[in-house]
Parts: sequence; structure tokens; C-alpha cells
Amino acid sequence: MAKGTLAVVLPIRGSLQPSAYEALTAGKALAGFLGESFDAVVVSGSRGAEFAKDLAARGPGRVHLIENPAFENFSDEACAAPLKRLIEKEGYARVVVVSTINGRLLAARLSAALNAGIAADVWGLSAEGGRVTAKRSLYGGNLIGDFAFASERQVILIQPLSFERAQPQASPGQVVPADSAPGSARAQFVSFEPQPAGEIDLGSAERVVSGGRGLGNADGFKMIRELARVLGAAVGASRAVVDSGWIPYRHQVGLTGRTVRPKLYVACGISGQIQHLAGMSSAANIVAINTDPDCPMMKLASIAVPGDVNEIVPQLIAELKKRKGA
Amino acid sequence: MALNIVVCVKNTPATTALAVDPSTGKAKLDGIQFALNPFDEYAVEEAVRIKERFPGAKTTALALGPERAEGAVREAIARGVDAGAVAVLPGWEESPYAAAIGLAKAILKLHAESPVHLVLFGKSTNDVASGLVGALVAARLDWPAVISVKKIDAVDEKEATVHRMMEDGVDLVKTPLPAVIGTVKEINDPRLPSLKGKMAAKKAELKIYRDADLGVGAEADAALKAVSLAKLSPFPPRPAGVRVDGVSPQDKAQKLVAILAERRVI
Repeated sequence: MAKGTLAVVLPIRGSLQPSAYEALTAGKALAGFLGESFDAVVVSGSRGAEFAKDLAARGPGRVHLIENPAFENFSDEACAAPLKRLIEKEGYARVVVVSTINGRLLAARLSAALNAGIAADVWGLSAEGGRVTAKRSLYGGNLIGDFAFASERQVILIQPLSFERAQPQASPGQVVPADSAPGSARAQFVSFEPQPAGEIDLGSAERVVSGGRGLGNADGFKMIRELARVLGAAVGASRAVVDSGWIPYRHQVGLTGRTVRPKLYVACGISGQIQHLAGMSSAANIVAINTDPDCPMMKLASIAVPGDVNEIVPQLIAELKKRKGA
Repeated sequence: MALNIVVCVKNTPATTALAVDPSTGKAKLDGIQFALNPFDEYAVEEAVRIKERFPGAKTTALALGPERAEGAVREAIARGVDAGAVAVLPGWEESPYAAAIGLAKAILKLHAESPVHLVLFGKSTNDVASGLVGALVAARLDWPAVISVKKIDAVDEKEATVHRMMEDGVDLVKTPLPAVIGTVKEINDPRLPSLKGKMAAKKAELKIYRDADLGVGAEADAALKAVSLAKLSPFPPRPAGVRVDGVSPQDKAQKLVAILAERRVI
């Protein structure tokens, strides 16, 4: 009978993402509910020892290190083979991965290879009588689904920013090298074009500033970007302004865009179409700035500021700068 | 050999504002209209565009679920897809894990008739919303997969070069075919169904695969139970918000900053 929880960490472009620490928290909590051991594994093309040491300090009993230059540019096919061998050899029952593009592909390969039930974008975990239940949102973020696993093994993709980031602890875990032979990969990485420098990824941002129709025109995003810069936030947008070409699609928040779960979401001139709310209504604090006090976003907001974004946002930027300078 | 494309589609509730039936713990679907999953419109449009680029290319829409799943297939045909197939496996559509097993079997059926080169998927669905089925189908078929694709550059019967939208930028990826490609909204601007398409959709004879045809009988129990929806509930209402009034934009901004600082979010 398989036993134990394994957090799988996939560095991207040679760096470890803070969401890896969230996977450690989720995995450790799950192992705790089940009274079993918790380990982690890092699959890396380089700097593996450094990453493994960092992870080992934050909760897992052991960190397996799978390192090979073949993993420098992520390939689900290359990574899945050594991970499957490790999971089978050590007998792990549960695998926790962060819900990123890479994480999804890899988790799908592991689910099929191990006949393990799978759930994605999970933000809550519990276990009773040895059975795991994962909470995730359905129907455009309107309903909560409790998914019960009955398969011997389970693959759980956690939603970024849904679990705390594990902190370094007094007694670190042990780093153990693992069989690192890659699987043969058919889909091949060719090249990468990074997004503009200084842009923060929406999906893992703790703060998001979004703009909508209320900005009046595409120029309004200069002000939104400045507010985002001052707050250390990612820039989001409503579908309406993306479709109007005011800002690229990668900034779209909502059903057909990205789902975000930040501590702070500032909606500037966004009325709150249901499709937009689907992507952000789980934010801890929602600030809405809008001339229409009765629009859905103002009603949803934790802090509603009635008024014109083009008047309030510049003042907000000035106040935040003053506060920073103080 | 002409390019053979399968586009997987799902018939989903046309609204996401659904109530929960307390007696079953499932969404109340009585009287709810179903339609092509909105994300699938992009995959369908992309299949049709590739077909337009490659005279002789063939496109087939494939759906899984109860009998009504064929609605999505007919909508795909109305949008320009040539043919349709339905894997009639009621209840399997509720589980991405099971759905992928059923779809993979149906794709193998189509593949046996005429080799499939590309299998296209939408990014996710507006109901179960796992965003996993494309990747799971690829894994079941042991075919390569690229998801989050915003542009298909070159494609022929041997390989495809695609642009993949990542969290931190855009990857260029080359994959041999057959392969599974998951799309995102940016890939195209879907056209509406044409009158001619709607006529074709009405008349189309769909391939129907049942569990015996797919040979999933023995696996059904394990596939459906591996992970299942035990309970559905509405989100608790958010606590009532505060309203920031003030005599001027500056006054409001100052008050807002004070609240954000107090809540430790800045």
C-alpha cells in the first residue's frame, strides 16, 4: 500500500519560484492529516543542490534531487520518467505540484502513468479515514467542489497563493540524490521570449492592479502600470479592454484569462462582469474604484471608493509614494 | 496523406450561475440550456483555420458525455468542422480523469480509421474547469502535448511549431505529430456559425461510440471513482465592504491608503 506525500518542485528557467514553498506547506499539511511522512523532490537542470538545500530547510524529511542538464528547459516527458520511478520505488501515495503550465502537463503524465486520481487548482485539502478531499472552484468560481479521492495514489495540483509559503525551520531535512535519467522527449523547447522586464506574473502576484473601460482609453494603462509599480503589483485587465486592444491578452483576468488569488486586488474602472469576477473574487482584499456605486464590482469590494479612476488613481500614486518616502 | 484534425468539445451549461440541489449535492441543471463550452470556440476555429490553409485536411469534432453531448459537436460543425463523433458515456464528463480515458479511447478509434495528426482542446471548461483533460488525453495516448498555445506557426503531417504562453513569457515549441495541442483565447477570433454550417450541423450523421465500442466497461468503476465530486456548495458571501467617501479625490486616496496600511496589504 502506497504511503507518504511528495511535493514535486519544478524550477523554471534556472530559478525556484516562491510557489514551491506553498507546495511544501500543502504537502506537509496533507501528510500531517494522514499521519505519514512528507518529502519533496526537485527536478532541475542546474543549481539543483542549492535548490534542494533551500527546500530541505522548510519542512520535508527528505528532498530527492533529480538533476540533469536535460531538465534545463522543462519537458513533461523528460521529467515524468524519473519521477514515476522515484514514486514507485519509494511507494509515495500522494503527489503535490503547483498548478502552472508545466505543473499541469507533468501532473497529467504522472496521473496516467500511476492511475492516480487528479485534481487541479486546489485551494483546500483535508483527509479523513485515510481518504483525501480536495477543494476547488467550479462554474466560473461560483461554486466550491469537494473532490473525494478513491484511487490508491493521488495527484494534487495546488492553486498558487492558496497555501502559506513554508519558512526555514530549525532542523533541516536530508538531501538525497535520485536516479536522474530523463525520459525521451518528443515535444522540444526551441526558444523563449521573456515578457517585458519588470512585469510581475499575474498568477503568483500577491497584489494585482487591474484596469477596465472606466480608464477611458488605452493611455489610462500608463497610470495603472505606475500604480502597480508603486505597489509592487502585477497588471491585470478586464476582457473588454483586452478585446479593444488597450493591453495584451496576457494581462486578462477572468474566465477566459487568468485566475488570480492575491492579497490585494485593485479594480480600477471595472464594473465587474461575471466572467471577470470568476477570475478574482477569491482575492483577500478587493478595492474597487468606480463612478457607478451600484456596479457588481463595487458591491463585491471589501473597500469601495466611489469616483473617477482618472482623478483618484493619480492621487493614490502620490499618497503611496509619500508613504514610501516617509 | 492529408492532415487529419480532431477537436475535442464539451456541451456545458450556457451559464455559470447555477444553484446547488441539496438533495443530490450537484448543480441544478433542470431547464438549463447547454451550449458549446466557450473555450472550445477557439479550438474549433483553429481547426477550421488549419483546414482552410490545407486543402484536403479533415476535421472531426469529438465530445464525451450523455446523449446531449452531441449538441457541442453539432455546434462545432455549424462553425465549419466537417464531421462529428460522440463517446456516449454518461457521467464521465463530470470527472476530468474519467473523461480523458474515454476520449483517448474514442480518439484511438478515429485514429484506426484514418491516422490523426492533431488533437485540439480549449483551455478549460466553464463547468468543471479543470484545464486538465487535454494533457490527460495526451498522457493516456502517450502522445506529446503542448498546452496554453497562442499561435500555431508551421504545421504539416509530421510536426508542428507552436507559441506557448507561459507565466513568464512565450516559449517556441516544436513537436512531432500526432500530438495534443491545448489552445488559449489569444489564438484567434472565432467566427459565428454560418447559415450553411447550421444546415450541415442539422443534417450531419455523427459517429456514436458506446462503452462496448470503446471497451471501457471493465475500467468504468475505477475510472469514475478515482476522484469524484462529493459535494458542491456555494461560496460563503464575502463580508460586507466599507465605502470610502471624501471631499476630494485626494481625501479619498488618503483614506484608502490608511485602510490598506491598517490591513497590512501595503
